[in-house]
Amino acid sequence: MDGRRFAIIVFIIAIMFGTVVLVGISKNTPLVIVTSMIATTIAVATPLTLGALCGLYCERAGVVNIGIEGTMLGGAFFGWLASIYMNTIFHFAAMPSLIVGVIAAVLTGGLFALLHAVLSITFKVDQIIGGTVINILASGITGFLNRQMFFGAGSVFHGQIPDSPGVLPAIRIPLLADIPVVGRVFIQQPIAWSAIALVIITQFVIFHTRWGLRTRAVGEHPRAADTVGINVMHMRYFNVIIGGLLAGLAGAYFTLESISSFQPDMTNGRGFIALAAMIFGNWTPFGAWSAALVFGAAQALQINLQFFRELIPAQWAFLQNSYVVGLAPYLLTMLILTGIIGKTIPPAADGKPYEK
Amino acid sequence: MADDHIVLEAKDITKQFPGVLANDRVNFDLRKGEIHALLGENGAGKTTLMNILYGLHRPDSGEVFVNGKSIMIHSPKDSIQAGIGMVHQHFMLIPVFSVAENVMLGDETTHLGMLDIRAVSQRLRELSQQYGLEVDPAALVGQLSVGAQQRVEIVKTLYRNASIIILDEPTAVLTPQEADDLFRIMRQLTQRGVSIIFITHKLKEVLAVADRITTMRAGRVVGTVQPRETNEAKLASMMVGREVILTVQKQAARPKQEVLRVENLHVLDDRDLEVVNGVSFEVRAGEILGIAGVQGNGQTQLAEGLTGLRPIKSGQVLIAGKDVSGKPPRPIIETGLAHIPEDRQRHGLVLSYTVADNMVLCNYYLPPFARGMILQQDKVDENARKLIKDFDVRTPSPYVPTSKLSGGNQQKVIVARELSRDVKLVIASQPTRGLDVGSIEYIHKEIVIMRDRGVGVLLISAELDEIMSLSDRIAVMYRGEIVATIDASRANREQLGLWMAGAHAEAV
Amino acid sequence: MQRSDEQGLAKNFGRWLEPLLVPVLAILTAVIVGGIIIKVVNGDPIAAYRGLIQGAFGSPKALSETAVWATPYIFAGLAVAFAFQGGLFNIGAEGQIALGAVLSALIGYALPGWLHTSLPAYIHIPLAVGMGMLAGAIWAAIPGALKAYTGGHEVINTIMMNYIALNLTSFLLNGPMRDPNPLDLSARTPEIAPSARIPPLFNIPGMRVHWGFVLALVVAVIIWWILWKTTLGFEIRTVGANPDAAKYAGINVKRTIIVTMAISGALAGLAGAIEVTALNYRHELGFSTGYGFDAIAIALLGKTNPYGVILAAILFGAMRNGATRMQFLTQIPTDIISVIQALILLFVAADAIIRFIYRIRARAERVVLTRGWGG
Repeated sequence: MDGRRFAIIVFIIAIMFGTVVLVGISKNTPLVIVTSMIATTIAVATPLTLGALCGLYCERAGVVNIGIEGTMLGGAFFGWLASIYMNTIFHFAAMPSLIVGVIAAVLTGGLFALLHAVLSITFKVDQIIGGTVINILASGITGFLNRQMFFGAGSVFHGQIPDSPGVLPAIRIPLLADIPVVGRVFIQQPIAWSAIALVIITQFVIFHTRWGLRTRAVGEHPRAADTVGINVMHMRYFNVIIGGLLAGLAGAYFTLESISSFQPDMTNGRGFIALAAMIFGNWTPFGAWSAALVFGAAQALQINLQFFRELIPAQWAFLQNSYVVGLAPYLLTMLILTGIIGKTIPPAADGKPYEK
Repeated sequence: MADDHIVLEAKDITKQFPGVLANDRVNFDLRKGEIHALLGENGAGKTTLMNILYGLHRPDSGEVFVNGKSIMIHSPKDSIQAGIGMVHQHFMLIPVFSVAENVMLGDETTHLGMLDIRAVSQRLRELSQQYGLEVDPAALVGQLSVGAQQRVEIVKTLYRNASIIILDEPTAVLTPQEADDLFRIMRQLTQRGVSIIFITHKLKEVLAVADRITTMRAGRVVGTVQPRETNEAKLASMMVGREVILTVQKQAARPKQEVLRVENLHVLDDRDLEVVNGVSFEVRAGEILGIAGVQGNGQTQLAEGLTGLRPIKSGQVLIAGKDVSGKPPRPIIETGLAHIPEDRQRHGLVLSYTVADNMVLCNYYLPPFARGMILQQDKVDENARKLIKDFDVRTPSPYVPTSKLSGGNQQKVIVARELSRDVKLVIASQPTRGLDVGSIEYIHKEIVIMRDRGVGVLLISAELDEIMSLSDRIAVMYRGEIVATIDASRANREQLGLWMAGAHAEAV
Repeated sequence: MQRSDEQGLAKNFGRWLEPLLVPVLAILTAVIVGGIIIKVVNGDPIAAYRGLIQGAFGSPKALSETAVWATPYIFAGLAVAFAFQGGLFNIGAEGQIALGAVLSALIGYALPGWLHTSLPAYIHIPLAVGMGMLAGAIWAAIPGALKAYTGGHEVINTIMMNYIALNLTSFLLNGPMRDPNPLDLSARTPEIAPSARIPPLFNIPGMRVHWGFVLALVVAVIIWWILWKTTLGFEIRTVGANPDAAKYAGINVKRTIIVTMAISGALAGLAGAIEVTALNYRHELGFSTGYGFDAIAIALLGKTNPYGVILAAILFGAMRNGATRMQFLTQIPTDIISVIQALILLFVAADAIIRFIYRIRARAERVVLTRGWGG
């Protein structure tokens, strides 16, 4: 990530944080407000980060994946379903049920990605249409099964939603988490921690390993890779599937870490926003992560302003309206795509099927 | 130098593509330390044969032997294993990677799971010393000159311990002097026991550098000869299958009024670098001005700037006295411009459209093809039938998609569309690139006819022979500037070559 | 421009059938896979499909309802298909429909009050419908302009515009435009004036099919005519097939992209406007949910040809319509229709799969519908 882009991101986040601090300063100390903002920011950024990493593995290998949204949704539903099955039908304890749920979510993501790979790599379907198929399929299947499982003919749960095993507990980093006020930042749930770890791992894999060199080669100039004996199809398949596993994990965030229930179409465009984060991050892991943090900060701004509702001057009160504040991530995404904030360069063979 | 040990042999190779028999029982062998030239026109099957040897295609039948042993080549991996390396016509390099990354790709050295750039760079420096091939391992390939990129490609094969190197049309992108450099490198490689297959369609080069010459035509081997037993005319007729007139026949030009005037033109490329650097020249009615130069010296952007496809940074363009600088393509076309674009499939044609639709691509909105907003399909069809006849386009009907036509006929569709309009100026960019000899002759003839009809022609070509045989005046472009302009009758290859390499004209 | 050469009648007949072959097999395969899914969740696929067909075609009233369902699908399908012809992927039909419906409803219920006079139907209806189209056109032209001038990809931008439209209509329907009647608990506008209502086709109670359905068929013909018989259509298709060649040929590519998106959005806006003026007589929050994706499936199933879109839209309308009866008879949730439709889209988009299953040789060339971020 270049310095200019980094400065812009820091600037945007600082403005958002500053706003909340200025509004809330009479009620709370700045430090408390900032740590609470950071905690929300990281949490909200988690599925976006994982989604962006999914996009990154795919597009670095030359496959555009707009099916991240649907892949997340699938992961969210099947992960949740698996945890409930383990919990209520097989009577597992909450924690093992949740772990099985996460595994199921990740595998579901992999499966959806496999479908995208078959469509776009083997059958060379237009990749954007392939992704759209995944989104529609995921929405349809999860909506149908959600109703069928719980309310439909011969449903296992006889018309009632069973108790869920709850959400994944937070993990605190010893010592660091004990620091007064700021320590809150070091208490995050496991998927949030793994998202950060995966950013670092992806950075290493893509730029410093043989796998990464070959992945980038396949995304830039597949024929050149082919002529030195690299199997373009295999590289693309595996990267798309790795991406899908990550998107599945992002899905698990929605139903196993954030809240403990499933609603139809609950991903709400986050898969597309994740793609915008990846583009803004110029196809680099740290860039994507920091862009995801911008979206996280926007949401944290919205949530935290609610605590200080009565402190906002009347003429600005309409800004609190959730319909107005809720526009921020979408407008930000469109702004990013204009390239005004800085032009980005996609991998040269991004979105192009490879014909031998 | 060459001894009689045969390192590579292809026996009875046959390869069928839909509609074409690309290789028909082809036999070919290569001796240790020799340069064996494979000569043939575009579409003769040379590249198919090489792609088979390199594992990019699989033959329908036939066998390949390396050092006397039959081997199966399923992928480039197998051929690399067998010691075969290939330098492709379009370089197989990744512009955003460094030289070291490009060279190691597919054969990486790692240390504790991490790429070991240091070790690779070390090995590269050794190789470049050993073979006299200068490369900087840390440089980004995208920023290297074409000649340097070619050296990287050769080093890439040596890094993989290739003892057989296939060079596919390696001189297409080089100046005559750079080509001489390449021939020197090829000689050095053969002295160290490397054997080279040299693919080309340029007769002079074959005679200059090859130890043996095999000619292919229409998927078959016509014969193998020694350079000293043959000459250009003989090779040409072997290649084409009939007598070929190597020069274009035309009368002296009778230039009239100015139809194109370019003054101090500056144009940027996609990366915002100034690649046309204050160019000025003029073209008169009834003459052909040829712009010579190695690819990538700003010719593409010059043509795009003149035709309105690319915004110009500063300067003036006058067509038939009208200032068209900075105008979009349509008004420029309407002042009387015909443009045969460099990349015919990308710019010149809509491949999924029928021949008839492509033939009105620039004037579909004008009468008689449209009345108001409504297309007049019968007029479009009538036009197509007439042009197909006049320009001898080989197509089963006006209603087949142009993607189904051969390259030569696709180009004829463009030429027919552009030259049938009432124009004052023709800009032809690489008009014969990749075409067979028949189509080349035809298009050259049409360009001369246009000239004789009093149209000004700006011919941009990287083929020096084409420039020399067609042009009345020649301008040489180097790094975005016109370094020299000379009457074609006074031009010679060596001098033009020097200018193409950057030497400035004193006073000619 | 397709044209049959002078060939035998039999061969011509085959040419007519060939384009239908893959879509029909795709539908068949999706129905079979859907049946398997129903079986897996302990349902009876035969009974379910019987209920579906009964509900869709079983009576004059069922047919009427199928046409009612098909009407917005035809408009929305045309919207997406039209954009595809211009090389653009409009995933934003949903938002454009919502905006079209909102503005059309506003003109429908509020305009007479603003003017302090009642309006004749021949002015009020075109005005309400026209403003709906305009709203849709503007909503789609924004991503079009962003694509033309900044290169921002229309796929993500039209989706973002969907969410913005959702927020905007939520705001309007919960606030300024909400029905002031205190008994009305849902987020919806007041009813539109009778002068803004498009009448039903038949004056029979229970037969809701309206003149909007006829309009949809007429609009499909007009769209076909624009695309293949006018210079505008030539420009749009050229930009869609090869934007570089279009630029070379002197076509204003940027303007064409924006015009294409605007017309596409106007068609989607028309879908919303007709639903308001001919069927619901008001706009209710969330009615357009899912239409955008259905429209993509319809456009692709119809091979982006306006006549194909009509057939595909009627099929989708029939499935949606019949699903209620299916659920009533077999307790299979209507959501199974979404799964079947997704499968149809899957098999149509990846026709290679269908060709592979049924061993049909590919004849047509691959058509590039969209491009990645790079181009």
